[in-house]
Amino acid sequence: MVQMFPNSLFDNPERLERWIEIAQSSFLPLLKGALTYSLSLSIISFAIGLVIAVLTALARISGSKPLVAIARVYVSIIRGTPLLVQLFILFYGLPSVGLTIDPFPSAVIGFSLNVGAYASEVVRAAILSIPKGQWEAAYSLGMTYRQALQRVILPQAARVSVPPLSNSYISLVKDTSLAATILVPEMFRKAQEITATTYEPLLVYSEAAFIYWMICLILSFIQDRIESRLDRYVA
Amino acid sequence: MIVISNLHKRFGDLHVLKGVSLTVEKGKVVVIIGPSGSGKTTLLRCLNALELPTEGSVQIGEVKLDFSARGKVDKAEIARLRRQTGMVFQGYNLFPHMTALQNVMEGPVTVKKESPDKARAKAVSLLTKVGLADKLDHYPAQLSGGQQQRVGIARALAMDPQVMLFDEPTSALDPELVGEVLKVMKELALEGMTMVIVTHEMAFARDVADEVIFMDQGLIVERGTPEQLFTRPQEERTRQFLQLLS
Repeated sequence: MVQMFPNSLFDNPERLERWIEIAQSSFLPLLKGALTYSLSLSIISFAIGLVIAVLTALARISGSKPLVAIARVYVSIIRGTPLLVQLFILFYGLPSVGLTIDPFPSAVIGFSLNVGAYASEVVRAAILSIPKGQWEAAYSLGMTYRQALQRVILPQAARVSVPPLSNSYISLVKDTSLAATILVPEMFRKAQEITATTYEPLLVYSEAAFIYWMICLILSFIQDRIESRLDRYVA
Repeated sequence: MIVISNLHKRFGDLHVLKGVSLTVEKGKVVVIIGPSGSGKTTLLRCLNALELPTEGSVQIGEVKLDFSARGKVDKAEIARLRRQTGMVFQGYNLFPHMTALQNVMEGPVTVKKESPDKARAKAVSLLTKVGLADKLDHYPAQLSGGQQQRVGIARALAMDPQVMLFDEPTSALDPELVGEVLKVMKELALEGMTMVIVTHEMAFARDVADEVIFMDQGLIVERGTPEQLFTRPQEERTRQFLQLLS
């Protein structure tokens, strides 16, 4: 039978004190891991990923057969395989063909390719959601495809994409915990290390979860601000 | 100014334009009328290559484009043709993320590479001309339909077109807003602008047009002065159409 509360906090004041002590001493290292690695990893990967996403979306709607095919295969592979497996191939697999990449750049490549594939569908849908009349108005002023895209279509598509892309970014921040498995010293790896010495997984992992949650709360707040700013021309 | 010859347009099996030829002199106002599906909007959209004709040729000013079923038309030539024309749409198609002023500046700055200062001065004077001097910093969503359409006219004029094309410019408007748009168009006509207008506003056509063209089933059925066409139509189909309207 499972024993409930074998040495529960509630009747063991010494353990409670130890928890408080561990919680205090681990908070800063965890936060540091989050700020220096989890956040930077997610920001860099998201920026690169967005560029890949826009290019992939443009390839998909270009009507050029080879470009469409390349974009489709890329999106299909990335979406059809687990992120964890992709990271393992990049970091543990590639060295066997002589291509060794450090943990952090491996993670950036993996996450960027991932964001690129998923966000390309968002960007594509956003571009296609802009009424045809906008293209026609741009063309009738004598704009080229590129000018119409830059000046008229993408700014409007950006507004449409903010909510789904914000969700992607928030997911990405949490997914950076997977980088722990390829030795990036981000927050979750720090939590594993602290757990290994303190044997308090519930406390330490909960603390990590709390920090992820706080970061995501802040990000949701920023998302709201961006959305209301972009909405200013919609009466 | 405009020479269209033997223009055909097919959408798959649908033969929308069946060989239309038309010449418009500089400074003339031509109004195209006809039942829906007659090809009048398609004809207008072929004039600035928003639709590419299947066959025939379009010449506006110095720029002439020849179309055939096979050959591809040069993109740079299409852009040159479009720069000769200004287009006003039924649904306005203003850029919703730009203010009225920015909408009007956009063409000159992006396409003609004019300096923002110069483009702004011109945009302000054009918006003043269409009666919107107090709406420069309004976004399209903050403007009424009639105001949006007047911004649309100013935006097209900002490119200094040789020809203005109007595709049912008042059809999406509430009745009480139609007048303000037609007034701007009439002023433009009086200034000597060459205009091709697809519209259902027969009173306007009578008042402003130099020539009225009746189209049906992809062909020009009849053409003449408003006086001739409205009071003494020669063709049975024209008579039937005009009867339906009255």
